[in-house]
Amino acid sequence: MNIDKQTYKKYVKKRAPRSPLLKDMLLAFLVGGAICAFAEGIYNLYLLLKIEEETVRTLVPVTIVFLASLATGLGFFDSLAKHAGAGTLVPITGFSNAVISPALDDKSEGLVMGVGAKMFTIAGPVIVYGVISSVIYGVIYWLLGVMA
Amino acid sequence: MMELFWDIMKAFLVGGAICAAVQIVIDKTALTPARIMVSLVTLGVILGAVGLYKPFIEFAGCGASTPLTGFGYTLAVGVKKAVDERGLIGALTGGLAGSAGGITAAIFFGYFFALIFRSKPRD
Repeated sequence: MNIDKQTYKKYVKKRAPRSPLLKDMLLAFLVGGAICAFAEGIYNLYLLLKIEEETVRTLVPVTIVFLASLATGLGFFDSLAKHAGAGTLVPITGFSNAVISPALDDKSEGLVMGVGAKMFTIAGPVIVYGVISSVIYGVIYWLLGVMA
Repeated sequence: MMELFWDIMKAFLVGGAICAAVQIVIDKTALTPARIMVSLVTLGVILGAVGLYKPFIEFAGCGASTPLTGFGYTLAVGVKKAVDERGLIGALTGGLAGSAGGITAAIFFGYFFALIFRSKPRD
C-alpha cells in the first residue's frame, strides 16, 4: 500500500485509543469532590452536635480516615480507587489507604515486620517530607521573628 | 439551610478541582502515588508557610482541608502556633502535634482493620 505521511498520520490518529485523560479527570473530580463534600457535611453535623470547632477540625479527618481504612479492609476501596485515580488518592483517604493496604497484603510476614513495618512503606515518606518541611518552616519563621 | 448547601457545594467543587488537576499530573508524568502524596503534603506546608493556603481553607472549608495539601497546611499551622508559644523548640514539636489526630487515626484504625480483614486477591 502506498500512502503519504499525512494520510498515514491521520490513519494512526483514528485508530489509536482515545486519550482517557478527560474521563480520568472527570472521575477524579466527581469522586474527590464527593469525598470533600461528605467531609464538609459531617463537619457541619459535628458543629450541630455542639462539638467545639477546634475538636471538629481534628474529628473530621479522623472520621474520613476511619471510613477509608474500613473500606480498604472490606475491599471496597480498591475497586473505587481503580476508577477514581486522584479522586481517592489526593484526599486524606489516600494516606489512610496507603497505611493499611501494605499492612493487609504483608500480614503473613508477622505482626512486627509485616503489619507494623509495612504500614509505613508509603505513609513513611509522606510523614518524613511533611515533618522536614514543617521544621524548616518553623526555623525560618522563628528567625524572621527574632530579626524583626 | 441554603448556606449549608453552598458550603457543601464549594467543598465539592474545590476538592474535585484539586483532584482533577492532580489527575492531569498523574496521566502526563506517571509519577507514583507515593511521590504524588509526598509532593502534595510538602506543597501544603509551603503554601501554608507563605500564607496562601489559609484564605483557600476559609473559602472552601473541607474542600481545601481534606486533600493532602490540607494535611501539609495543618503541619505548617501547628509549627507556627508552637513557635509563637514556645520559641525555636516549637519548630520540632509543632508539626506532628498539629497533625497528630489524622496520623494516629490512620495508624490505629489501619492496624486493627489489617488484623481483622484479609487482603483481597488483586486482578
